[in-house]
Amino acid sequence: MAEIDNKDLIEYLLRLGDSTLVLGQRLAEWCGHAPAIEEDIALTNTALDLIGQARQLLSYAGELEGSGRDEDALAFLRDELEFHNLTLTELEGGDFGRTVLRMLLFAAYQVVLWQVLLRSTDARLAAIAEKSLKESRYHLRYGADWIVRLGDGTEESHRRMQAALEYMWSFTAELFDRDEVEARLAGVVPSSDSLRSAWEGIVLPVLAAATLQVPTVAGYLSRGKYGIHSEALGPLLAEMQFLQRAYPGGNW
Amino acid sequence: MYTQALDLPGVQATDSAVTEAPCVGFDEKLAADIKIEPSDPMPDAYRKTLIRQISQHAHSEIVGMLPEGNWITRAPTLKRKAILLAKVQDEGGHGLYLYAAAETLGVSRDTMVAALLDGSAKYSSIFNYPTLSWADIGVIGWLVDGAAITNQVPLCRCSYGPYARAMVRVCKEESFHQRQGYDLLVAMMKGSAAQRAMVQEAVDRWWWPVLMMFGPHDQDSVHGATSMKWGIKRFSNDDLRQKFVDATVPQAEVLGVTLPDPDLKWNAERGHYDFGAIDWNEFWQVVKGNGPCNRERMAARIKAHEDGAWVREAARVHAEKKTARQAH
Repeated sequence: MAEIDNKDLIEYLLRLGDSTLVLGQRLAEWCGHAPAIEEDIALTNTALDLIGQARQLLSYAGELEGSGRDEDALAFLRDELEFHNLTLTELEGGDFGRTVLRMLLFAAYQVVLWQVLLRSTDARLAAIAEKSLKESRYHLRYGADWIVRLGDGTEESHRRMQAALEYMWSFTAELFDRDEVEARLAGVVPSSDSLRSAWEGIVLPVLAAATLQVPTVAGYLSRGKYGIHSEALGPLLAEMQFLQRAYPGGNW
Repeated sequence: MYTQALDLPGVQATDSAVTEAPCVGFDEKLAADIKIEPSDPMPDAYRKTLIRQISQHAHSEIVGMLPEGNWITRAPTLKRKAILLAKVQDEGGHGLYLYAAAETLGVSRDTMVAALLDGSAKYSSIFNYPTLSWADIGVIGWLVDGAAITNQVPLCRCSYGPYARAMVRVCKEESFHQRQGYDLLVAMMKGSAAQRAMVQEAVDRWWWPVLMMFGPHDQDSVHGATSMKWGIKRFSNDDLRQKFVDATVPQAEVLGVTLPDPDLKWNAERGHYDFGAIDWNEFWQVVKGNGPCNRERMAARIKAHEDGAWVREAARVHAEKKTARQAH
């Protein structure tokens, strides 16, 4: 196998790590505000899993980089344009329906991805995938259960879920967009476009069971993983990074 | 992270209520320190007192998620964010199994939650204070959870079985939270002057409200004597408060913070720390709904409940559809 460039792997790890970090941050916003205590606990627990995944991925990226940046330097001291998360993960949460729909879409993507990364030639990434897969499977089951309940619930819940799907769907194209970074990492990571059919195999039956119509309009291709974000990321980072920015070099 | 609430206004339990309804074996079990279980006969007032106390305790856990939740999105490191998320999640869990413990007494969670939202049920007044800096998260762990543990450890021996067993688990988790809170403060005290000032400022703000968590003085306590007789309460409010102060002063010294009470000093004769007078006017104002965040806390709970109505309704309707489909 050809020697891989650490810069490529770092970039890829940031795409995964930033996605889990940013979605973890979004889910954490729900803490104390969910429709029932059980959901409060489940959303908080999912946020906790995602932050945990982010810590492993960002720590690994920092180590490969070798310039002394740890998980916190990467999470709290990079600006918007240096973040590589999927745009889907940064969108404002909206109502509970939109929140669980995003959980389904993202968890299904993670499950499919981790399953391939389990066999990565990079042992550390394979180990992260193995641990994370169990968590993402749970998130997927949770998201899918709620999508079916809400899609096939009341008239109002169906309308809300269909609206959430119309809003979120166009951001899913980015999940499967591939670039030369992935191409150079062949063997270490899968090509994103190869994940689409397995993802659809999980997501489409859930949407069908939820009696939801998959939007047909192909929208603008979002490019968050390449560092070009929506306007939602800036305020999220401003809030998340506040203490590290206001008290540089503090001991926390 | 429960707290006082034991002696707040609510259903008044009186000794006459105990004697009015003789319950076979109840007094004998209490005397022999055998747990009362859900199916055992028990005086109506005992049942009501427990429902009031356990549901207040559960409400406190749920409302208590809000002040700490205020800092989850702003936690300064990923490790601290994860610790705080796990902690607040634990509190939700405590709320759940305390509601479950109260349900064994014949009241539904929906009824209890409705009482919280219409303002007729109380929750610990400490959560009506705002969290204004990151140091508050550490101080809540150290002092608020510390006070809660002092209150709750005796509840592990409470006469009502389901409550006592719930408290064993709650106390284990609370001890963990308290250590994490103290650890957060130790880290900040090792940091910059600005960070140390943040810790001191937080201690200054929280100290007196934390002492109020133990409830009114024994002579002003409404339910104290009856609850003691029933084995629900094992130590008086003032005894617990003293125990907490005695344990906390040395911890403050190690941490390097000053507790904001000029009258706080060791009394060799009593073998305890003396401390200054508590502002009970403030306490009662907060209990009555006029604290710094009472309205905000209730508004947040009501909003979560109302915003979630369509979700709960959809879940109910979906379950009915599923049952109907299975029947065909």
